[in-house]
Amino acid sequence: MREITFGAAVNEAIAEEMRLDNRIILLGEDVAEAGTPFKVLSGLVEEFGADRIIDTPISEPGFTGIAVGAAMTGLRPIVDLMFGDFLFLIMDQLCNQAAKTHYMSGGKLSVPMVVRTNMGATRRSAAQHSQSLHALVAHIPGLKVAMPSSAYEAKGLMKTAIRDNNPVVIFEDKLMYNDKAGVPEEEYLINFGEANILKAGTDISLIATSSMVQQAQLAAKSLAERNISAEVIDPRTIAPLDEDTLINSVKKTSHAIVIDEGHQNYGVTAEIAARISEKAFYYLDAPVQRLGAMDVPIPFSPALEDLTVPTAQQIHDRAVMMLEGKI
Amino acid sequence: MSNKQDNKDSYIQMFKQMVRIRAFEEQANQLYLSAKMPGLTHMYVGQEAVAVGICEALTPTDKITSTHRGHGHCVAKGADFKHMFCELLGKLEGYCRGKGGSMHIADQANGNLGANAIVGGSAGIATGAALTAKQLGTKDVAVCFFGDGALGQGLLYETMNMAALWKLPVIYACENNLYGEYTKVEEMAAGELMGRAKGFGIESFEVDGQDVLAVNNLTQELVERARKGDGPFFMLLNTYRYHGHHVGDINREYYRSKDEEKLWRSERDPIKNFSDMLIKKKISSADELKVIEQEIEKDAEEAVNYALEAPWPDVSEVDMHVFASN
Repeated sequence: MREITFGAAVNEAIAEEMRLDNRIILLGEDVAEAGTPFKVLSGLVEEFGADRIIDTPISEPGFTGIAVGAAMTGLRPIVDLMFGDFLFLIMDQLCNQAAKTHYMSGGKLSVPMVVRTNMGATRRSAAQHSQSLHALVAHIPGLKVAMPSSAYEAKGLMKTAIRDNNPVVIFEDKLMYNDKAGVPEEEYLINFGEANILKAGTDISLIATSSMVQQAQLAAKSLAERNISAEVIDPRTIAPLDEDTLINSVKKTSHAIVIDEGHQNYGVTAEIAARISEKAFYYLDAPVQRLGAMDVPIPFSPALEDLTVPTAQQIHDRAVMMLEGKI
Repeated sequence: MSNKQDNKDSYIQMFKQMVRIRAFEEQANQLYLSAKMPGLTHMYVGQEAVAVGICEALTPTDKITSTHRGHGHCVAKGADFKHMFCELLGKLEGYCRGKGGSMHIADQANGNLGANAIVGGSAGIATGAALTAKQLGTKDVAVCFFGDGALGQGLLYETMNMAALWKLPVIYACENNLYGEYTKVEEMAAGELMGRAKGFGIESFEVDGQDVLAVNNLTQELVERARKGDGPFFMLLNTYRYHGHHVGDINREYYRSKDEEKLWRSERDPIKNFSDMLIKKKISSADELKVIEQEIEKDAEEAVNYALEAPWPDVSEVDMHVFASN
C-alpha cells in the first residue's frame, strides 16, 4: 500500500468529497493560496476556486456563524479553525447555535458542518497555541468529535465527518502532519462510534486517543519485552463513544489505563475511567489509571513543556506498577 | 395609483398582519399573567410595523433570523396561531414540538430560521443564509432582525464585514426600540448608530419604524437590489416596545417614564395611524377594519384554547432530535 502523510490524507479526503458534492465549501483564515500555515490545504483553491475555498478575515466567531447559517440553508461547510485554542472564540456559535439547532427546532433544521481544527503540545508554541480542548466540545449534546490518530484515520474520519448531517469537530494532532501511514488509493470511510483495536492483548487495556495512540503503541512494545500483553484501543471518536469495545476489553484484561492529551481534570480520561468503573467494576484487579496533560497552562520552555504531556515511558511504568499490584 | 386594487389588497394585508401580531401578543401576555405559560416571554407590541413592513416585501423562500422578541417576525413571515401558541406552551404540535419555546420558535417552511436567545447571535446565521443564496444562485434574500442591544456584540460587525467583502444578499434590520433590556440605548452605544454599517461600506438607511408603508417601500427597494447583487444593506428602524423587556417587567419607571410610554401609544401607534390613513384615503372603512380585528381576535382566542388543550410531548421526545439522522 502507498504511504502518504497525515496532512496529505486530510487534503485528499476534502478534495474527494468536494468533487462529489458541490454544496461543500471550505472557509477559514488563509485557507486558499496559503493553504493554511501547516500547508494541509495546498492545491485546493487551484482546483475548486475561490468561491468554494474561501479566505476569511480573522473573525473566528463570524465565519463560524456564517457556516452555521449556510449549513442550515443547503450548503455543507467545512470551517477551518487554525488552532484548537481558538475554540474559545467560537463557543457561542458552535455550542449555542450549531449544536442545538436541530433539537430546538424539533428536528426541522439541521447543521451539516465540519469544524476542522487541531490539538497537541510540545511545539514550543506556549499556552494559547498548544491546548487539546476536545473534551470541552464533547461535553455538549449535539456535537460529534473525531480524533484521528494516523494518516489512514485522518482520511477516513474526515470523509465521514463531511457526510454527516450534524456538526462535527475533528481534532488533528499538529505534530502528526508529516507522519506517513498506509492509505489505500481506493475510497474508504471510517464509521463514527467504532473503536479500533490496534493491538490485541490479554493483560492490560491501553485506551488512547489521537497523539497518545503512538505513545500507547510504544509502551505496548516495551511491555511485551517484559512479557506483559497490552491491548491498545483507539476510540477514534469520543462523541459518539464506542463504550462496548472499551468495556469488553477491560472485562478481558482486568486492568486499564486511559491516556489523552487533554487536561486530566474533568477530561476524556475522567469520562472513560468513570464508564469503566460503572460497567466493568467487578472485573477490575486495580483502580483504573488516567494519564492526561498536566493541569497547568502549557508552558513555553521546552524544559517545562515536555513534562506536561504523557509519554510512553509513563504509560509503561504505570502498567508495570498496576500488574505488580503496587496500585 | 395605477394599480389601486393591488395596493388596497396589500394595505389590507399589512393591516391584518399587524393586528394579528398584536392579538397574538395580547393573548400571550394573558397566558403569562394567568400563570398558564411556562417561563416568560418578550412582547413585540408597538413594533408591528417593522416586522410586517419588512416581511411583506419578502417571498416565502427568503430567509429571516429573529430575536428573543420574535413572535412578531414569526407571524409576519407567515406562521399560524395554533402552532405558535402550542410552541409557547411547550406542546407537541408546536412549530418545534415544544422543544424551542418562545425564544427559539422557528418556521423553516416559511423561511424563518428561528428566534435566538443570544443577543446578536443570529447575525452569522442570516449572513450564512445569504452566502447559500449567492453560492447556489437562488436569488433569495436574508433579513437579520436584531435590536439596538445587539449593537454591542462583536459578531455583528464581523459578519457585516464579510457580507460587504463578499457582496451578500443580506439586510441587517436594526430595530431601535430605545432600550436594551432596562437601559437606554445612548448609555450603551457610543457614536453614530448609522455609522456602524457605513464603516464597512454598507449602504445604510434610517426609517420610521412606526410607519408600515415607509418600512415596506424601503424594504421592497432594498430586496430588489439585493437580489441583483447590490447588497448588503443596513436599516435602522426607530420604534418602541409598549411592554417591558419581558412580561414580568412591570415597574419600569426607573428606566423610562409613563409619559414617554403614553406618547408613543397615543401618537405613534403603528396600527392606529395606519388604519386612520386607510379610512381617510377611503381605502377601507372603520367598520370593515373593525370586522377584520374582531375576526383576528377570535382566531387568536380559539388558537389559545386549542393550545391549552393540546397534548404535551411524550416523554420519549426528550432525547429525540439531538442528532440528525444520516
